Amino acid sequence: MRVREALLAYLLLPASVAVAQGLQVPHTVPAGKSFEIATHGSGKGALIIVGPGQALRREVQLGTPISFAAGELYSAGHYLVILGEGASADVAEFDVIPDHEAKSLGFLAKPSRLPVNTHNGISGAVYVFDAYRNLITVPMPATLELAGAGSAVQTRIVTTKNGMAWTTLDSAAKESAARFTARVGNISSTRIINQVPGDPCSLSITAKPNGTRLEVQTAPVRDCSGNTIPDGTIVTFIELAGNSQTTVDVPLKQGVATINLPAIPGAKISAASGVVAGNEIRWEGGR
Amino acid sequence: MTRTLALVCGLMITVPGLAGEPAVRVRPADLQGSRPLEKQTETSVVRDYLQSWRSLQEALDQNQAAKLDRDFIGTAREKLGSTIESQGRSGIHTLYTDRSHDLQVVFYSAEGLSIQMIDNVEYEEKVMSKDTVLATRVVHGRFIVVMSPSETRWQVRVFQAGSN
Repeated sequence: MRVREALLAYLLLPASVAVAQGLQVPHTVPAGKSFEIATHGSGKGALIIVGPGQALRREVQLGTPISFAAGELYSAGHYLVILGEGASADVAEFDVIPDHEAKSLGFLAKPSRLPVNTHNGISGAVYVFDAYRNLITVPMPATLELAGAGSAVQTRIVTTKNGMAWTTLDSAAKESAARFTARVGNISSTRIINQVPGDPCSLSITAKPNGTRLEVQTAPVRDCSGNTIPDGTIVTFIELAGNSQTTVDVPLKQGVATINLPAIPGAKISAASGVVAGNEIRWEGGR
Repeated sequence: MTRTLALVCGLMITVPGLAGEPAVRVRPADLQGSRPLEKQTETSVVRDYLQSWRSLQEALDQNQAAKLDRDFIGTAREKLGSTIESQGRSGIHTLYTDRSHDLQVVFYSAEGLSIQMIDNVEYEEKVMSKDTVLATRVVHGRFIVVMSPSETRWQVRVFQAGSN
């Protein structure tokens, strides 16, 4: 009869409670939430809760529920609950699960600077944490958004898996400092991505006499999207006259490179920048 | 303690545990379009992760947080360090002995600064007060691990368990 009563009592326990001999612990506890552990017996004892994420010890009165306040046990993971020691110890196990409210993000964005019009050139990965820096493992929507001046906003909504979401995006056609933002719930994190002009699209040069020399100048140098190539980009001018060759590297200034070369009749003058070569001029002595 | 781990790209590899060593199984990476994972990188990540369990074992058994410094960083280092402090205050120490690992890399970030891995692990947890064993349990857990590279090795940044 006593066995039957004991079995019945066991079956009537709530499903969310684990029972060791003298301990009743919840199967799971949300991180940072209050909970209770029921004990049986009488007298005093030491109750220990321990796992890789946290350890707690409490001197307790047996036979009374032991309350843990909000914020006492907060690190997600698996825990042992021990009451007493050795062969007579009561041992139970339970899990602390992450809270479901995002409180901080770990946002990795790459790169900080890239050329315009680069397909899938920007990548972002976001890790979602609760208030106690536990990775939130339940799937949740994460919004990853790239917004730059003069460009359409690119938005991706990605569902997190194992606490993480990632995406890739194209850089815009116009140069700008774009804001790359990851957002989960009310929490967001932003990185600045500098979208800079790409390589020169074409190169065109003109020449005119300047005393005994020749002034050679490029037209404004732009990338294939029409963005002005940044100052400092090198344009290489080459003058071929008979067997002699003159090569001069000139940085762009306000989108234009200018050089004075010896005015040698019959000389061939050309320019190049990056992988782009410009037109060739043959100087016929002003004719 | 040195462990030799053979990995062949695209194949599931099981390394049976030698005496005192955990059995290690490495499943093919499931990256779903993130950065491709070179075999050499995967081998290093798995090797360093398994070594981090040795550090964890020693640190939590001896209550010496400094033993975590080589292998743990960020949130993982802070939380384990805090556990060691609490264990010391509570007069206990804990011996974690990993028996088997079933590992799979699930994400490698494009800039190469973050690798996420799932470890279905079996370990023994022995809780002691000085030399008295308070309790022993074998635990089957699913760890989510995030690792990032330092100058010389991969370090564990997130080390979070749930049960199977």
